[in-house]
Amino acid sequence: MKFFTDNVLSLLIFSPLAAAAVAAFIKREELLRWWTLAATTILAVFSLTLYWNFDPGTHLFQFKEQARWISIPAMNMNINYSLGVDGISLLLVLLTTLMMPLCVLASWRYIQARVKEFMICLLIMETAMIGVFCALDFILFFVFWEAMLIPMALLIGIWGGPRKIYAALKFFIYTMAGSVFLLVAIIALYTQRHTFYIPDLMGRPYSPAFQYWVFLAFFISFAIKVPMFPFHTWLPAAHVEAPTAGSVLLASVLLKMGAYGFLRFSLPITPEATRFFTPYVLGLSVVAIIYGGLTALAQSDLKKLVAYSSVAHMGFATLGIFALNQIGVEGALLVMINHGVTTGALFIVVGIIYERLHTRDLGLASGLGKAMPIFAAFAGVFALSSLAFPGTNSFIGEFLVMSGGFAVSKLMMVCVVPGVVLAAAYMLRMLQKVAYGGTRNPDHSQVKDLCGREILTLAPLLVFVFWIGLHPEPFTRVMQASVQHLLAQSTGEPGSGTAVALAMKSEGRGPKSETRNPKSEGNPKSEIRNQTVAPLPAPAPRGALAPTIELPGGQDHRVSHSDFGLRISFGFRPSDFGFRGTPATFVPLHNASSPR
Amino acid sequence: MPTSTLTAFLPELVLLAGALALFMTTLGQSGARQARTVALFTSFAAILAAAACLGQKTTLFNHAYTVDLFSQVLKLIFACGFTLILLLSGDLQDIRADVKAEYYLFLTISVCGLTMLVSCVDIITLVVALEVSAFPLYLMVPMRCERAGRRSQMESAIKYMMFGIAANGIMFFGLSYLFGLTGTTSLPSLLPRLQPVIHSPAAIAGLAMTFCGLYYKLAVFPFHFWTPDVYQGASNETAGLIASLPKLGGVAVLVRFVSLASPDNPALVVMLTILAAGSMFYGNLIALMQKDFKRLLGFSSIAHAGYALIGFVALDEMGYSAALYYIVGYLLMVLACFVVICKVSRDGSNVAIEELAGLHRRAPLLAVTLAVGVFALAGVPPFVGFMGKLSLLTAALHKGHLALVIIAMVNAAIAIYYYLGVVREAWFRDPGDLPPIRLDWPTRALCILLIGGILALGVAPARFLDAISTSVAQMHAAPPAGAPALSSR
Repeated sequence: MKFFTDNVLSLLIFSPLAAAAVAAFIKREELLRWWTLAATTILAVFSLTLYWNFDPGTHLFQFKEQARWISIPAMNMNINYSLGVDGISLLLVLLTTLMMPLCVLASWRYIQARVKEFMICLLIMETAMIGVFCALDFILFFVFWEAMLIPMALLIGIWGGPRKIYAALKFFIYTMAGSVFLLVAIIALYTQRHTFYIPDLMGRPYSPAFQYWVFLAFFISFAIKVPMFPFHTWLPAAHVEAPTAGSVLLASVLLKMGAYGFLRFSLPITPEATRFFTPYVLGLSVVAIIYGGLTALAQSDLKKLVAYSSVAHMGFATLGIFALNQIGVEGALLVMINHGVTTGALFIVVGIIYERLHTRDLGLASGLGKAMPIFAAFAGVFALSSLAFPGTNSFIGEFLVMSGGFAVSKLMMVCVVPGVVLAAAYMLRMLQKVAYGGTRNPDHSQVKDLCGREILTLAPLLVFVFWIGLHPEPFTRVMQASVQHLLAQSTGEPGSGTAVALAMKSEGRGPKSETRNPKSEGNPKSEIRNQTVAPLPAPAPRGALAPTIELPGGQDHRVSHSDFGLRISFGFRPSDFGFRGTPATFVPLHNASSPR
Repeated sequence: MPTSTLTAFLPELVLLAGALALFMTTLGQSGARQARTVALFTSFAAILAAAACLGQKTTLFNHAYTVDLFSQVLKLIFACGFTLILLLSGDLQDIRADVKAEYYLFLTISVCGLTMLVSCVDIITLVVALEVSAFPLYLMVPMRCERAGRRSQMESAIKYMMFGIAANGIMFFGLSYLFGLTGTTSLPSLLPRLQPVIHSPAAIAGLAMTFCGLYYKLAVFPFHFWTPDVYQGASNETAGLIASLPKLGGVAVLVRFVSLASPDNPALVVMLTILAAGSMFYGNLIALMQKDFKRLLGFSSIAHAGYALIGFVALDEMGYSAALYYIVGYLLMVLACFVVICKVSRDGSNVAIEELAGLHRRAPLLAVTLAVGVFALAGVPPFVGFMGKLSLLTAALHKGHLALVIIAMVNAAIAIYYYLGVVREAWFRDPGDLPPIRLDWPTRALCILLIGGILALGVAPARFLDAISTSVAQMHAAPPAGAPALSSR
């Protein structure tokens, strides 16, 4: 038992690999499917123990594992096998493990050729994806990050659609070209601090010029993965050509890695550069939201439509991250989870259509609702969720992101509003066509409605749509402490320090350096930074400048914002339209909201 | 000769005995099968001998020949590489039947030359070993079967030899400068004498010209002209040999010579930087256009020589170790590709990239081997190519060569394209009417050995890198002690 509790992350990472090894020796295809389903389901259930045992009161990494991996004193090289999750990565790990059985179910009949290789690819993917979210050593992270490319390219290139080779190569080259810069950044950081241990690299006083370069290198790599606006062109190609399971994994997990990279690396390692580049990144996010929406509106291919809606959704995620305040980042994390659930579901929905009609053309699929009422109900809920209908999951996420964005620039949020309207437009257009169609629909009388397996695939996602939509507290609860600490690191604001210090007292497990507050290091640079950064008094008068959130719990900063007891009030001043002062003067929201 | 001397020299003796036995077999009519057995037996014996002599530490032949950890580790690698090459060659389907036995003889002599090369610390013995390793290769290239109307193997052989001899000529000229400046041919005593004048134009010119001979072996731009033609013209097995073992020898000797310029020599650093950048760009850009798999590997080898030079730019032990580690990894990666070439080619002719189509159906193990080899060359983790690049770039960035590191990474990004082109053919295309490929047991074993090696060196390189870096450190620490005794020569 102790073995299980001590190595829970290693077990999560490597049991899919073991399952893949077993799968290599299974001959019968039906048995292979059952075996993969069983393995991924057991793993998904097992991964829930992470959630039960997770302590949401601390920002520190939990379930930590550390072992020497490559240590060469003569070459001054020290690479460790370090794992751990915090509030930022926990939900992403769970999202990965929970999506996997659904991917297997979604490809139950879709994949008929070379089932064994397909299942092995899926399982290797799972290992790499969980590894990315758990790795605390930069090289380990990079190994998992890259290890994912090969099975994913194979998934697209072997089991994909007509232009699969083009899509697979484009995916591979884009991502690899991005990660090349990531590697340079990793080595550059290593030459500064002589460690690959990620928590040790965070919140250190790097020179601004160094930070700018590292940030840019990170940015290229993560922006391609997200994908952000000018780097998104690989995404529609990959999504359209990939088999259903590939699309689902791509949307649910792979796209999250870019955003996760921003949260895990860009913000805490290069805070000054982050603040410098924030306006540009926010600008790109807004462009992504509008552009994604407009392009999605113009698509007649269902998968392309969903793919471009991904670009828009991920625009919300990056918007929330670079709002650099508690609400925004928590919202961004929720958007990431929601996008995984909803868009994953939509890709499964499109896959179901494709399996029946062998086309993804919106016109040819019109009026399906008459023949498939159950299907239409599912599709309707997911489409509404995708356009952020109140009561569904996306509403909470996008709402939080937009309130976070309001604190930064109201003008910017005015620009985002058309994006929200566009989402309604393209999703309702799709829903209308698929469910009702026009007067002259193609004949779908032979098409069968969903079978039990397909309902089983979609039902869990439906649960999450409403669960997050109506009661997001269990999801936001685990991320708060980590997000707070992250913002303390990336903005250098004094207010969040107290909560961090409190959290640190209670937790003595982490390495010494991790418990050090960037502020308390006493180096001249951070002092100067703090002087220039804090033009506003820390306990800002309620409702004066930043949007203020009144929490029912009063003093307790950990009460969820989304409890529906919250009131949001904005104090407008004409000068607030546009960025307030220099980009370095954002005030984290909880400063204003919960005076301690 | 005392027994300790004998044991220290055991790997070379084993190889020499093997070469002698092979010479005897070539005299009779019996031919290829027997020679192959003898060669294989020799290679196994060489591995055992090299492993047994790993801890030896002595100098032989009037201090012209040093046996230390550095040389012994490399000898073990050469012996292993020799075995891999023999397994790879199979029964030499594209070598003229009447010279097959001689082919094994020359192969063994060449490996023997390389084995001696890493121990040589005197310019004279070094030159002799260099030629012993090179001349058999010149002869092995034209041993390929003649195809109707084409004698490209002759053309390649002439090119290989002419360039080789020209490069060696330049190298000797450079060595004469070094000798003129220091009055000694022994590297350990050359080092301290060169230090006072190391920044003089004569010393820099001498070193630069000395490197030329080694650049030729490594196929560094602009000494690369022979590479694609020889790869294309030589039989697949010979090209596999030329692509792998001599490069390791070149890097090993380069380590000895570049360390003459340590710890700081701006002129040499600039020269090495330019050559590294030139090699990477030239190799990668031209490889983008290749249709023939061997030519592609030829150009990619130019690029990889550029990567290896990055380690030398750092001018410290970390860089040298990284370069050695990288080139050992490269040996495995390129052999993995050549196994596929040898097996895909039905009659020993060259393999166009299109002929790899549908390999995952025709021979899954070969397809996996190819994917592992090619992705490793592209630097994708967890394979050795990634770890090698990581250690090279770390070493270079420690010394502040940021521009070179960025150039290297840009090149890694360019290279992905053509490597993926190979993977695309093998994995994403349908075989069409290309027949399946049957693999015999030695080939399967070789494939699994190579995949295992590429993975192991990539995932758990600690022991290996540790051995290499300690040996490089020891090599650098050793010379001053022996130097005074040598000055009488």
